[in-house]
Amino acid sequence: MSTPKTLYDKIWNDHLVSENEDGTSIIYIDRHLIHEVTSPQAFEGLKIANRSVRKPNFTLATADHNIPTTNRDEGISDPESKLQVDTLEENCKEHGITFLSMSDKRQGIVHIIGPEQGFTQPGMTIVCGDSHTSTHGAFGALAWGIGTSEVEHVLATQTLVQTKAKNMQINIQGELPLGVTAKDIVLKIIQIIGTAGGTGYVIEYTGDAIKSLTMEGRMTVCNMSIEAGARAGLISPDEKTIEYLKGRPFSPAKNEYQSASDYWLSLASDDGAAYDKTVNIDASDIIPQVTWGTSPEDVVSIDGLVPNPEDESDETKKKSMIRALEYMGLVPNTPLKEVKVDKVFIGSCTNGRIEDLRAASKIAKDRKVADHVNAIIVPGSGLVKQQAEEEGLDKIFIESGFEWREPGCSMCLAMNADKLKPQERCASTSNRNFEGRQGRGGRTHLMSPAMAAAAAINGKLSDSREI
Amino acid sequence: MEKFKKIESNAIPLPMVNVDTDMIIPKQFLKTIKRTGLGKNLFYELRYDEKDAPIDSFVLNQDKYKDSQILITGKNFGCGSSREHAPWSILDYGIKCIIASSFADIFYNNCFKNGILPIKLDESEVTKLQKAAENSLSFTIDLENQKISYFDKNINHEIGFELDKAKKTSLLEGLDDIGLTLAKVNHISDFENKQKSRTPWLYSQQIK
Repeated sequence: MSTPKTLYDKIWNDHLVSENEDGTSIIYIDRHLIHEVTSPQAFEGLKIANRSVRKPNFTLATADHNIPTTNRDEGISDPESKLQVDTLEENCKEHGITFLSMSDKRQGIVHIIGPEQGFTQPGMTIVCGDSHTSTHGAFGALAWGIGTSEVEHVLATQTLVQTKAKNMQINIQGELPLGVTAKDIVLKIIQIIGTAGGTGYVIEYTGDAIKSLTMEGRMTVCNMSIEAGARAGLISPDEKTIEYLKGRPFSPAKNEYQSASDYWLSLASDDGAAYDKTVNIDASDIIPQVTWGTSPEDVVSIDGLVPNPEDESDETKKKSMIRALEYMGLVPNTPLKEVKVDKVFIGSCTNGRIEDLRAASKIAKDRKVADHVNAIIVPGSGLVKQQAEEEGLDKIFIESGFEWREPGCSMCLAMNADKLKPQERCASTSNRNFEGRQGRGGRTHLMSPAMAAAAAINGKLSDSREI
Repeated sequence: MEKFKKIESNAIPLPMVNVDTDMIIPKQFLKTIKRTGLGKNLFYELRYDEKDAPIDSFVLNQDKYKDSQILITGKNFGCGSSREHAPWSILDYGIKCIIASSFADIFYNNCFKNGILPIKLDESEVTKLQKAAENSLSFTIDLENQKISYFDKNINHEIGFELDKAKKTSLLEGLDDIGLTLAKVNHISDFENKQKSRTPWLYSQQIK
């Protein structure tokens, strides 16, 4: 009998083109997603070296980082953003790459539209010039973020030169309490292992609490693997995965679906497969989580207090806590639930899917956004927006006082007009609470969609289970 | 890519942990379609105030570090996004070597694509080097022999460092990664043929 293998080992082996003398390997890349911010210099590089795109039909492009979420009919008013988006469109035209433009209803955040279109499938290797490519791991695809030089490498060769990472298992046992979501799981994981805890590893998420998540929830967990330092996160494909992908535009055709499904299921980690490291977490201990600081590992439970640097014995950590608290404008030992917010952002590749909007709408229904709060909902894609409108969620949000926007990355990284002013405090469903991430001086608290909606209604950080 | 040569320079001490890519180069500078010209905006929000005036206390604004080619910083440097604008801005500023106890994975790899040498050392050694950098001592970075050296009070200090052989060669020879892979294009074609018979749906999927 052969040695039991992990899901990662199997995908790696199935994509090995050749092993180089120096210990690196050439790995085949099945699918490549590109967007306007990290691709122009890659295409420029191809042009300078007179190289072509090896597999244009394995590549899918969209504009998401830079585009406005209001008044789309007027186009992009910022000239630099417009140049980037126009450059992407021209490059795609020149090389025969499918481009979903701002006016296409399928347009959206790359990591939302990949799965939505069935472009993402189990067992694939998928890359994109964006760190949140780990999202696609929810399907049992080995997916990771790359820099622009590697984008160019993939365009030219459809491969990457890689060194194999180590296997880490994060096992979430037991049942998740009512009102606790995938976002709370992943924030808890990052709090426990830290932002560098996964460096050098590919994380596989296992256990009953992971299996019981929907595909959307699994994407939220895998999405933030990078915030734990791991390049990729993975979940073994199962019946839910197969069901989700049925009938999507780029999914395997009917006559091939059975053999594809059989292959997908065969990829699940074997019993007894060895992991270099295993972390066990009990799901029943998790309650809604929020961040208090400027690193995604600065996580506390919503019923907790703003931490006190005086309790920290490590001098470096203490210093960075003091800096974070000062930046965040928080006083140690304040109950989180007393922290007032000015803005609420619901969206992003972490939490911009239909399930996220449904969860937020349940809290918003028949309630009003607090007077002092400006709250925006940015669907992850045109199709998410359309689905939400068919379900009447837009009306619920608008009646509550939320703004209903067009799809894109928006205030997750604030490259477009959606940003915080200095010292503004935001309850956000995105993935990074770095200094200046949502606008210079802006203060970000990361949380789930239900928690962000609850913060909008109460005007301060709140436990969504108490609404 | 330019070949990596021996560096002799003082070093910029930046004793902060988890320096993220948003800190290295904020998003407003990602709208460029070029790789060059980003150096003036490196560490923008730490370096300039809200009126774009240099913040005197920030280390990059201190005269003695104006021409430094080495940065010594805290653990998990370069965490966050995959933006290659981060190493581009560092290189454009003139820094060719970064020393820290750990680096975020994507950033670490991006450095090698741009001729920057990231060196991982134990925390205690990084702290020692930070002190020497604060005293503006001159360092020699010798990649060939994998050695950092500096003189302090007439005593020569030497610290060795580990580096993957492939990465070392790539830097020293300034290799074109794409050219090297394309030299093995037959392997790629063979792989595609094999994959097409094993998992044919990957090839019949039409993107329209």
